[in-house]
Amino acid sequence: MSILIDRSTRVIVQGLTGKEGTFHAKACAEYGTKIVGGVTPGKGGSTHEGWPVFNTVQEAVDKTGADASVIFVPPPFAADAIMEAADAEIELIVCITEGVPTLDMVRAWEFLQNRRSRLIGPNCPGIISPGKCKIGIMPGHIHREGPVGIVSRSGTLTYEAVYQLTTRNVGQSTAIGIGGDPIIGTNFVDALELFNKDPQTEVVVMIGEIGGNAEEIAAEYVKARMKKPVVGFIAGQTAPPGRRMGHAGAIISGGKGTAAEKIKAMEAAGIRVAKSPAEIGETVLAVMGVKV
Amino acid sequence: MKIHEYQAKAILKKYGVAVPRGEMAETPEQAEAAAKRLFDAGTGGVVVKAQIHAGGRGKGGGVKIAKSVEEATEIAAKMLGMTLITHQTGPEGRAVRRLLIEETLPIEKELYLGIVIDRVEAKPVFMASAAGGMEIEQVAAENPAAILKEYIAPGMGLETFQARKLAFQFGLKPQQINEAVRFMTALYRAFQETDSSLCEINPFISCSDGRLFALDAKINFDDNALFRHSEIKELRDITEEDPLEVEASKYSLNYIKLDGNVGCMVNGAGLAMSTMDIIKYAGGMPANFLDVGGGANAEQVTHAFEILLSDKNVKAVLINIFGGILRVDTLATGVVEAAQKTHIQLPIVLRLEGTNVEAGREILKQSGLNFIVAETMKDAAEKVVGAARG
Repeated sequence: MSILIDRSTRVIVQGLTGKEGTFHAKACAEYGTKIVGGVTPGKGGSTHEGWPVFNTVQEAVDKTGADASVIFVPPPFAADAIMEAADAEIELIVCITEGVPTLDMVRAWEFLQNRRSRLIGPNCPGIISPGKCKIGIMPGHIHREGPVGIVSRSGTLTYEAVYQLTTRNVGQSTAIGIGGDPIIGTNFVDALELFNKDPQTEVVVMIGEIGGNAEEIAAEYVKARMKKPVVGFIAGQTAPPGRRMGHAGAIISGGKGTAAEKIKAMEAAGIRVAKSPAEIGETVLAVMGVKV
Repeated sequence: MKIHEYQAKAILKKYGVAVPRGEMAETPEQAEAAAKRLFDAGTGGVVVKAQIHAGGRGKGGGVKIAKSVEEATEIAAKMLGMTLITHQTGPEGRAVRRLLIEETLPIEKELYLGIVIDRVEAKPVFMASAAGGMEIEQVAAENPAAILKEYIAPGMGLETFQARKLAFQFGLKPQQINEAVRFMTALYRAFQETDSSLCEINPFISCSDGRLFALDAKINFDDNALFRHSEIKELRDITEEDPLEVEASKYSLNYIKLDGNVGCMVNGAGLAMSTMDIIKYAGGMPANFLDVGGGANAEQVTHAFEILLSDKNVKAVLINIFGGILRVDTLATGVVEAAQKTHIQLPIVLRLEGTNVEAGREILKQSGLNFIVAETMKDAAEKVVGAARG
């Protein structure tokens, strides 16, 4: 098992014909993901790298039976692409695009309420279930199949955690990057709930960062409901207040959203928080009872 | 993006938000002329306000009242060029280059209005409090019940009834309610139509003659939405920003200058932050945050390198890249080009992993340059902290 995706997931690429869309569609397909087509308005009817291109998501769904979509369209059009995918009842929408205006996401988020689609991102690396399916931009080769679920606000820091696990011979069930923006489709609690129910997942790694209070809310969930051990890490322990640290959502404002507050809430909920980013892998091993 | 108070007030005025009469001045002569016009128009006094991108100006001596044109000119002459230190500027303070000369008003009540995006609700939230004039964070900490909130339905605005609810809690006179509703509705329109991330009126004042005004105004904009607001982009005042940060922004690099001596270049915000953290953990101090982003090319990496090296505090550089979108070979090409171009003398520690890592390592090896290669993040942090100590 894995969460959200598996070998049978059929994926279309919104923005397939662009540079990033093409590069990553090929990388996903090489990994074994069933990429079944793409959507680029105005290029419908053509083929791109062997894949059929459609003008609308609805048409792509009708013709290919796609149940997932990955979005690479530029920021001004990303929220619209999300809503189009949701309107076509795509089950899983993964929006990689970085730089989507916040008020656009407010609209898209509202549009998703009471619809059947789940959104991951935006501004995220996507989701991978090693050995089964990769929908995103993460380097596939560093992953291996196994028992650790990962949920993270950061892309490259997730790769770091995965790499530390894989080089210690510990694989991953699913790694999901939820994105660094203030408004995102899938949050920590959503992912933790899914991992809680997934028989393959034995331990969960939760990687947060400064800004907002999503980690505190997740800590409450862990304390009340989580049946599996959780290892945590928070980036930005040395971040200055009032400055946006790369991610739109990574800012300590009015003294709120600090790493120290988050670590305190997570530890109080029984989460084993790694002090240094280099210790994430070892902490997982310790929790699993594996001798290092 | 941040703007000055006088710019925020000009935007708000366009949307029908009442602001005091005033003018911006960059010289004592302009200040004198502005004060004269205000006194001629019948004001009993003027207030001279330093325009910097930081709060707490009053306590720092950046807001002064004058009873005559002469006094206003004298204050303006002293204030222009002074270094204003407030709790938000840091100990180095900010040079005052612009002033706002404004009419004084008969303040009866100081109230608070603010709009931000609530991340959990994924909606804008309109906040109002009768505790104006003090920092809202302090109110939130001491008496959260004193802040009333109305969430805004996406795609719609602040509804009249919502504004009315907020207005009544201020204890305004019945004949002021409609005016307050108009004020708040206009304020929300300004927030939405300019893609603001923060709109704050503190204080929002009620005068003894019943009029309502935005006595101060702060607007921050969503950087991600600036592409559709060219008129707002022009309001940027780069003298308020660190020169290296301005330079970095030209190449779409996320760079924030810090106080340490270990320069870092990292891809991805989370990894960049945790690289700073692990440098501190290894006993050093990061000189900066620098996220070269997911899609960086060789040219951007070269610029990133030049920016790092123009910080004279930097004694060693750590490059920590985990390639996803950014291919490691692309980065390696950029690093080699930059190192050759800048004739770098500082020790450079490299830690590379991810897509095309083998090709990247080969490029570094072939370059003939003397890089220190690290295996893990911990190893990299220890090596670079050691190198920075010399």
